Amino acid sequence: MTLDVRLLTSPFDPPAELDQFTGQHPAAGGIVSFLGQVRIDTVESGAVEALELRHYEPLTQPGMQDLAHDANARWDLEGLLVLHRSGLMLPGDPIVLVAAAARHRRDAFAAADFVMDHLKSEAWFWKREKAGGTWRWIEPRDVDFADLARWQ
Amino acid sequence: MFLGRLEDLAGGAEKQVPAAPSIAEVIAALDPDLASALRQDRVRLAINGALVTDRSAHSLHDGDEIAFLPPVSGG
Repeated sequence: MTLDVRLLTSPFDPPAELDQFTGQHPAAGGIVSFLGQVRIDTVESGAVEALELRHYEPLTQPGMQDLAHDANARWDLEGLLVLHRSGLMLPGDPIVLVAAAARHRRDAFAAADFVMDHLKSEAWFWKREKAGGTWRWIEPRDVDFADLARWQ
Repeated sequence: MFLGRLEDLAGGAEKQVPAAPSIAEVIAALDPDLASALRQDRVRLAINGALVTDRSAHSLHDGDEIAFLPPVSGG
């Protein structure tokens, strides 16, 4: 069982990461992955030009690590990959890659889903977007908390 | 340290303040608008990188780092 959890401050290559992760887990019958990217979007003040994620060093990476341990304790996994960007990103840039490798597919689906719901609602990230030349902080969304309640 | 939207209110991500014995006194010495934002229940606190559950119970020492953490906006 391997947990690979990284907070990244520069761009990463999701296909290369996924290839490497897959190669490391030949005993897995299935690998479920989720890639989150900066969507091309338009808000009131215009097209979204950039997204910035901030983190707090002492809490963010340890929190991601704890989450990966929780997922591993709940499902029978061969490996879990959790990569998350911080810093400045442009539309189309990858933000997050989660991959769960398991002997059987249901464990992999559930673990990836669980990790994503918790990253979206509980991970120590603050996000702002730039549109029409102006930065605006993004507030938490109720739906993220509703997603979290699925696991309680 | 001011995270998220608190950074805009504080005019920067970090501020050095004179040593004070309690968190309440540190906050009281700041600009009133910023102070009232920091007093909100939904703003969490970390001292020297560790989350604080009861902010009134915590005594401070010279050189401590306080981080004010508004609700996270998710990854």
